Amino acid sequence: MKISYKWLQEYLDLDLPAQEVAEKIERSSVEVDSVKVPMDGLKKIVVGLVTKVEPHPDSDHLHICQVDVGDESLQIVCGAPNVAEGEKVIVALPGSRIANNVKIKRSKMRGIESSGMLCSLDEIGLDKEVVPNEWADGIYLLPDDAVLGDAVFSYLGMDDALINIDVTPNRGDMLSIYGTVKDLAAIYNLKDHFNVRSVTENGQQATDTEITATANPDLAPTYKLRVINNVLIKPSPRWLQIKLWQAGIKPINNVVDVTNYVLWKYGQPMHSYDLDKINGQHLDVRYAKAGETITTLDEKSYELNETDMVVADKNQPVGIAGIMGGQQTEITNETTNVVLEAAVFDPIKLRKTARHYVIRTEASQRFERGINVGGVQQAIDEAAALISELANGEVAKGTLNATELESVEPVVSTTLTHINKVLGTELSMNQVVDIFDRLGFTTDVENDALAVKIPLRRWDIHEAADLDEEVARIYGYDNLPVTLPDTDGMVGHLTEPQKLARSARQVLEGLGLTQAISYSLTTAKKAGMFLMQPSLATELKWPMTQDHAVLRMNLISGLLDDVAYNNARKVKDIALYEQGRVFYRNDADEVRPVEVEHLAGAISGSLDQAGWNQKALPVDFYQLKGIVNQLLINLSISGEIEYVATDELPEMHPGKTAKILVHGHEVGFIGEVHPSIAKQFKIAPTYVFELNLQEITNMPKNDNQYQLISKYPTIKRDIAIEVAKEISNEQIISVIKKRGGKLLNSIHLFDVYDGDKVAAGQKSLAYSLVFVNTKETLKDEDVNAAVDKIKKHLTEELSATIR
Amino acid sequence: MSLKEDLTQIKDQGLAEIAATDDLKALNDIRVSLLGKKGPITTALRGIRDLSPEERPQVGSYANTIRDELTTEIDARKQAIEAKELAQKLANETIDVTLPGNQVRQGQPHVIQQIIDEVVDLFIRMGYQVLVGPEVEEDKYNFEMMNLPKDHPARDMQDTFYLTDDILMRTQTSPMQARTLEKHNFEDGGLKMISPGIVYRRDTDDPTHSHQFHQIEGLVVDKNITMSDLKGTLATMIHEIFGTKFNYRLRPSYFPFTEPSVEVDVTCFNCMGKGCDVCKHTGWIEVLGAGMVHPNVLKMAGVDSDQFGGFAFGIGPDRFAMLKYGVSDIRDFYLDDVRFLNQFDRRG
Repeated sequence: MKISYKWLQEYLDLDLPAQEVAEKIERSSVEVDSVKVPMDGLKKIVVGLVTKVEPHPDSDHLHICQVDVGDESLQIVCGAPNVAEGEKVIVALPGSRIANNVKIKRSKMRGIESSGMLCSLDEIGLDKEVVPNEWADGIYLLPDDAVLGDAVFSYLGMDDALINIDVTPNRGDMLSIYGTVKDLAAIYNLKDHFNVRSVTENGQQATDTEITATANPDLAPTYKLRVINNVLIKPSPRWLQIKLWQAGIKPINNVVDVTNYVLWKYGQPMHSYDLDKINGQHLDVRYAKAGETITTLDEKSYELNETDMVVADKNQPVGIAGIMGGQQTEITNETTNVVLEAAVFDPIKLRKTARHYVIRTEASQRFERGINVGGVQQAIDEAAALISELANGEVAKGTLNATELESVEPVVSTTLTHINKVLGTELSMNQVVDIFDRLGFTTDVENDALAVKIPLRRWDIHEAADLDEEVARIYGYDNLPVTLPDTDGMVGHLTEPQKLARSARQVLEGLGLTQAISYSLTTAKKAGMFLMQPSLATELKWPMTQDHAVLRMNLISGLLDDVAYNNARKVKDIALYEQGRVFYRNDADEVRPVEVEHLAGAISGSLDQAGWNQKALPVDFYQLKGIVNQLLINLSISGEIEYVATDELPEMHPGKTAKILVHGHEVGFIGEVHPSIAKQFKIAPTYVFELNLQEITNMPKNDNQYQLISKYPTIKRDIAIEVAKEISNEQIISVIKKRGGKLLNSIHLFDVYDGDKVAAGQKSLAYSLVFVNTKETLKDEDVNAAVDKIKKHLTEELSATIR
Repeated sequence: MSLKEDLTQIKDQGLAEIAATDDLKALNDIRVSLLGKKGPITTALRGIRDLSPEERPQVGSYANTIRDELTTEIDARKQAIEAKELAQKLANETIDVTLPGNQVRQGQPHVIQQIIDEVVDLFIRMGYQVLVGPEVEEDKYNFEMMNLPKDHPARDMQDTFYLTDDILMRTQTSPMQARTLEKHNFEDGGLKMISPGIVYRRDTDDPTHSHQFHQIEGLVVDKNITMSDLKGTLATMIHEIFGTKFNYRLRPSYFPFTEPSVEVDVTCFNCMGKGCDVCKHTGWIEVLGAGMVHPNVLKMAGVDSDQFGGFAFGIGPDRFAMLKYGVSDIRDFYLDDVRFLNQFDRRG
């Protein structure tokens, strides 16, 4: 809400710079979006008098004007239709700057010298949307008393500072000059002199003879009407137009403008109807009936629901209650009798309707947040008084109250002890009472206890905690002590799963993978790829886009999106990992998925940059396997880690994928992304792994254990064998281990060959076997015997040929 | 010419030859020719038997002296030549030390992760527990128990992805307040917890909005927790994470689950408080929301709000990272451009 600083100053003796006041508002009540002085950035724009107007010889619409700007007379060519001799106008002098940083220079217009420019309102920075219709198609004419040569800004309210506040949902009271004045009075400890116009019912008629009204009290607990007869509709006076355009509201006419003025001043939304267009001279606040329609003031049509609140005449809705009036009863230039409406509408129902039709008006915003239910009469009275004054109307006798809420100021109890305990302060009772006084809350003190009476405009205050906030903000958050909570020896730490997740991240980073964070919400298709277990998809009810519509059941697809994003930008070498949740749902009946922590990685391109002394080898299965294996070792998993070839994952290369088993239990998989999937993602060959981190967390762990290092020398023996291609390394190792005896300490594969020098269908492998005896010096014959046994069994069990 | 004179001549000649040699092989040849069995000394000594018995030992001794002298000289010469050759060899091995070293692979934590870890570690040091909660949440915890009943206008502030009418993607980490309060046994003492995690809003992604981002919730509830404690805690965090040269201010705000509620601003990173476009010329940047836990939140979680009270705060690590590093587009955090991610590799 834009608040005119000058308007505030009408009621408050405050002469600090506006910026300072804004900072104070921000520190004490609500956020300030901006402070703007409309004339900032404009210069040399002055009052001029048109002394002579002649037509331009080469144009059918331009005029050559002589303009007196006080100390000189300028010749200015102007195209506005309303330029006329004897009028005071806005003159942008040569060398001036007008809206949008446009500089005005002396120039020639169709051959005629022009020293400056006569301006319309929008040309000097007023938003086109708020320029009154009568000034929309021409230059603005200043009042006769404007002084020649003076800057024009003070005549147009442009020298004022507009403080744009951003009001939180609880501070609806700040959506008015009244509320802001009251809050500033409290903040600065000032007495305000807010002035209220009282109404003189100068008409002959009685309101209730001209119109009748009924209202469902659930919808409109207060519903008031007044009638003003014999109005003369015309533009509002300049002071009122200025107040409205400063607020960002377009001035319309002297009736509508008054209702908007009252809305801004009191925060009370109002509506005006043309009495003669109300069928049956009756208004009713009720729910809409099925099939009813309305065309609102902005010329939009709505088909209404039975949950919408409307104001209807005998025949049909004439307004969506509290949101926007209907076209049918709109005030026009021909209107002579006006019905004014001021009401309290149910905020929840109103909000539903406003949201449903996506209509947001100044009125709806205020009703939604809650208005000052104690101020409705004051608002309708002031509006009636002003219309009577500005439109020569006669105010009919009496206010028609279809419903009226009994307004009792609530009392909230608290204690001084409570306030000090919550805030950590040592305020005295006098200090606290003084704060409430400043806020306009009356207090009743008994020992430590306080009973605080809350004005109705502050409907947001209804319990002790709310009073804590009032005291804190007026006392000032800057003045609060700075302390830390009593810790009574609590020790913080990461839980085991948190530690493990952090270790996993650090290990992978040490192994060269960078952490990625991708989106949990993805497409239905990607969500269901790379599934480690069967699962139903979890879908959003109203996704914003199909790209983010379903919760992921794997991390890899997100990483592949990342690879694709990088590949598309010519970044080819990628090593990423992600740790995050996947969402499994086992049963169609369970709505909430199970959230499982996963860990996944993807490598693509080459991990090693080609350099002057090293080659860039393309990533492969074994590179990633090395990383995953080191990770699993570092995570101190107890139990054997196995890699079992699998072709069960449709998104993975059937010949280059393995399940990862720990102690026989499947925890994840590793392999190459299926080339056709890689093609779908538009990525280069990519190797990936995904692990169920939660499962790994839950597994038994090995602590580091010390083993005596043998003092006796080890003996190393190499064996080379030839076996059928289908025999896996795992099979060979397992035979060696099983038959190697207790002296066998380690097995290291150092060569694999399946080229021309072995028979077709065969491959050759070479292993180093290290033997050790921790108790005595190894004997050659013991090692020989062990190796012979291994060779024998390799031959027998795997049909190996020893080379 | 006497034998002795012969020997002296041999010596002088030999010394001259040795000194003139620059080559190990030539030096060896000299050694063999001078000192070998067929060498001049041996030959000369054959004439010793022509000498008188008195002269023999003298000349023999002289010959041995010459032999030793030549041997020493040859060895010295050999060392000198070897040293020279080594120096030459090493000189030939000179490398260009300005060529780049071998590339070593190293990954980085995501910049948001870095901020989360930093904040979490700080609060652990201050005695907080770290708890994590579900991302798919019940309306009950996300809103209702946070004092946001259905139809509450503040729900508009958080557009929500719903799965059903009652199940949603959590819009904040605050439901962890309700979940923790519900579980915590206050007979065992107060509660101090921090809860990082991903949250979701029904927003269209643009430079300043992301439908997915992170939050870190903090909650302290005990018998004597004050708003001054909240102020001190936030001050500690701001000074720790951003540095002591950053000032802060508390502003009134509104969250349904805290009362009083505040927003916390810190000195603008860009202009250090002078005023610039980033801070809309205020010198301040909003970094987090906080407040005293609303009594309704305590009551709904079954905690006696007369006896217990406390504070809560919510931090946005994405926002922290954007401010700290001047990242202008929040989407950069989730697109995982390797060139973006690898910039945050300073660990000092």
